[in-house]
Amino acid sequence: MLLVVEQFLNGLQFGLLLFLLAAGLTLVFGIMDLVNLAHGSLYMMGAYFAATFVAWSGNFVIGIVLALGATLLLGIALEVIALRHLYGRDHLDHVLATFGLILFFNDLVRLVWGPAGLALPLPAWLTVPVQIIPGVFYPAYRLAIISVALAVALMLYILVMRTRVGMLIRAGASNREMIGALGINIKLLYTMVFGLGAALAGLAGLMEAPILTVQIGMGENILILAFVIIVIGGIGSIRGAFVAAILVGMIDTLGRAFLPDLLRSVLSSAAASTAAPALSSMLIYLLMAIVLVARPEGLFPANRR
Amino acid sequence: MKASSLDYRNLVAAIIVVGLVALPLFSQVTGNFFVLTLFTRIVIFALAAVSLNLIMGYGGMMSFGHAAYLGIGGYAVGILAAEGFGSGFIQWPVALLASALFALVIGALSLRTRGVYFIMITLAFAQMAYYVASGLSRYGGDDGLTIYKRSSFGGVINLSNRVEFYYLCLLCLFGGIFLVWRIVNSRFGLVVQGLRSNEQRMQAIGFPAKRYQLVCFVIAGTMCGLAGALLANNTDFISPAVMYWTRSGDLMVMVILGGMGSLFGPVVGAIVYLVLEEFLSQVTEYWAMIVGPLLLLIVLFGRGGILGLIGRFSRG
Repeated sequence: MLLVVEQFLNGLQFGLLLFLLAAGLTLVFGIMDLVNLAHGSLYMMGAYFAATFVAWSGNFVIGIVLALGATLLLGIALEVIALRHLYGRDHLDHVLATFGLILFFNDLVRLVWGPAGLALPLPAWLTVPVQIIPGVFYPAYRLAIISVALAVALMLYILVMRTRVGMLIRAGASNREMIGALGINIKLLYTMVFGLGAALAGLAGLMEAPILTVQIGMGENILILAFVIIVIGGIGSIRGAFVAAILVGMIDTLGRAFLPDLLRSVLSSAAASTAAPALSSMLIYLLMAIVLVARPEGLFPANRR
Repeated sequence: MKASSLDYRNLVAAIIVVGLVALPLFSQVTGNFFVLTLFTRIVIFALAAVSLNLIMGYGGMMSFGHAAYLGIGGYAVGILAAEGFGSGFIQWPVALLASALFALVIGALSLRTRGVYFIMITLAFAQMAYYVASGLSRYGGDDGLTIYKRSSFGGVINLSNRVEFYYLCLLCLFGGIFLVWRIVNSRFGLVVQGLRSNEQRMQAIGFPAKRYQLVCFVIAGTMCGLAGALLANNTDFISPAVMYWTRSGDLMVMVILGGMGSLFGPVVGAIVYLVLEEFLSQVTEYWAMIVGPLLLLIVLFGRGGILGLIGRFSRG
């Protein structure tokens, strides 16, 4: 029971983290029609910035705020210098150009921070276990991730669905020429959306940093998961990304936690312990295959022209 | 105008063919065996790129998981060798068959989608194959599998001989190019190319679109599986890293760099990309910092790849 609650929360936490990453990816794709493989690099840069600024300022919160700002600026710079010129081009061009950016960022990090990973230590007030229900303790930091991510998701929803800027963003997604003709600075809007996506990716990266180590290539595995999520959820749909992210986070975490025991009750323990890790990492891809067979456009297809 | 650009392209192709055939001679004369080792690797990757070009350049199917077949072909050789089946007459057909089966399954699922969905699906399936290989603890798991003996082909050919192995790889590459050439000029190939231009119209005149694309997808996967079998023999080692998604990206880069949808483009791309990588990694440890932005520039300014540039240049 205790383990179930804990793994359930872990799944939720991982799912929310994936949502932050997938939300930026799906926003950028839905609005600018840009496939951005370098999104994982922004995740990585967020984590490296956080490790650096926290060490430099000596304060966890200040360091994190600085890192968020830095990732936002980096995203904006990236858009203005390179990615802006790719709008309206073939998706294959996007894949190739942003693949080049990944190569660049990985080596840049190796040059600046060295090949060894960094650690982002938590302050004492985040390491205490919290009693969530009588007898069940859960790390405060993971609870903090859950609440921050939920708050960000809510803010994102309000921003996109309830504000004027959000209205412009949605309008830009459905008809770019028309909103340009109405006198909206579409270039600025795009830059802002990209910056927002970058900041979300950076936030996900720096929140994950204290749990895992900060290392080169950390954004790549999770980027693939984010792709799986936006494919399952329907590309361009934030709601779909949210549902799919929670689903993937849960299935991945619960699968890893309980599949070995489950298999052991069916198979011999030797066969189970070899099959379980492979099978549990395959689970989400199986989910994706099933979703695609049933609904090739994803669970919540965004309304496209 | 058109004819002259074609002449230049043919000239490039001819130079490449003659150069590749004469290379072992050059390395024998100069005693430079490094260049032979490098080019064996290049020829193998060129074969993989040629197969990717078949679906990507001619078929319009942007597969981002093509490296999976390199791994499947390689693991077929590696696992059979580890289990005591050393004969290439067993290993290679199994490698081809396994790749074809994998292509059939993921192709049938992936081809339900199109556009960017297709890119991501193929990517995800290749990652799945990567994780399965990492989970093969009996065959080295993450660390990979050393192949102690190269595939044996009785007395026909000795793969441990550098020059013989190089010519085998080159034969496979030329065979692959020939096959692609025959395919794209056949009725089947024309249908596939028609589907790239306008799937709806082709369907309206009665072609079963998915079936044609799937067959094309399987052919390309099988061809890449052969490259995988060669690669495993070349390195005497196979690990999940061969299937990692950046490898698929490398293959895509080779195809686009050389010129998508041209017969020799992928070969040019493979040569340029891998020689550049080799050269830059000798100059600086951080070669990817140069290659990365270079890719970006090529995408922004150089359309049609190197062969396209040559074509434009020769047209004045």
